[in-house]
Amino acid sequence: MIGLSEIRRASIAMSIRVRYFASLREKMGRVEETLAAEGLETVSDVWKAVSEGRPLPEQILCAVNMDYATPESLVADGDEVAFFPPVTGG
Amino acid sequence: MTVELRPTPFEPFAELSRFHELMAEQRRSAGALATFIGTMRDFNEGDTVTRMTLEYYPGMTERQLAAIVETAKARWQLIDALVIHRVGEVWPGDPIVLVGVWSTHRAAAFDACRYLMEELKSRAPFWKKEALGVGERWVSCNTPGYSSCG
Repeated sequence: MIGLSEIRRASIAMSIRVRYFASLREKMGRVEETLAAEGLETVSDVWKAVSEGRPLPEQILCAVNMDYATPESLVADGDEVAFFPPVTGG
Repeated sequence: MTVELRPTPFEPFAELSRFHELMAEQRRSAGALATFIGTMRDFNEGDTVTRMTLEYYPGMTERQLAAIVETAKARWQLIDALVIHRVGEVWPGDPIVLVGVWSTHRAAAFDACRYLMEELKSRAPFWKKEALGVGERWVSCNTPGYSSCG
């Protein structure tokens, strides 16, 4: 028998954390959100899910688990996906 | 190799001196120390800038900086390297970034120092927002990295 705590853990694991930074964070009007992982295969799918199906703007960079990624990069349960504008440090 | 993010102002000359002292034994073989200090200008694109906020991606920024330092270490013979970068609110004249590279010879020190700075600017997740006389704006220009240097 599966207890309630196991079900909760499973539902937490079956999700993708999406984060936004800088001007994109302001445009999105939010810092981050959590999506159900079901049906999301790539970074591009994640972007479409958070932007009403729009394609990922060319200048926007993306990362999966804090490594640079491409729109075609695969995503999995528990991943952290980030979107941000070109970097301007230094 | 040391990478640090600082939420408050730092004194680059004191940091270099402190790091240099810590290296006591190793620096006996160092024939060269190349440094770069980037400071905040009070103007950009024709406008007066009164303040700047540096946003970053906690975790990824440190990870990318460490990866850039590791690549430099594999490419040049380095004795040690130090990278310090500000985050948060910065004012005109404040140091933003310090890169120090210790090597046996000057060529490796100069080249690796330039490499670290150019790669940091093109790959490390930092974003600058400028406060102008009226309003604020995000800095949008990117630089292309070390491979584009002449």
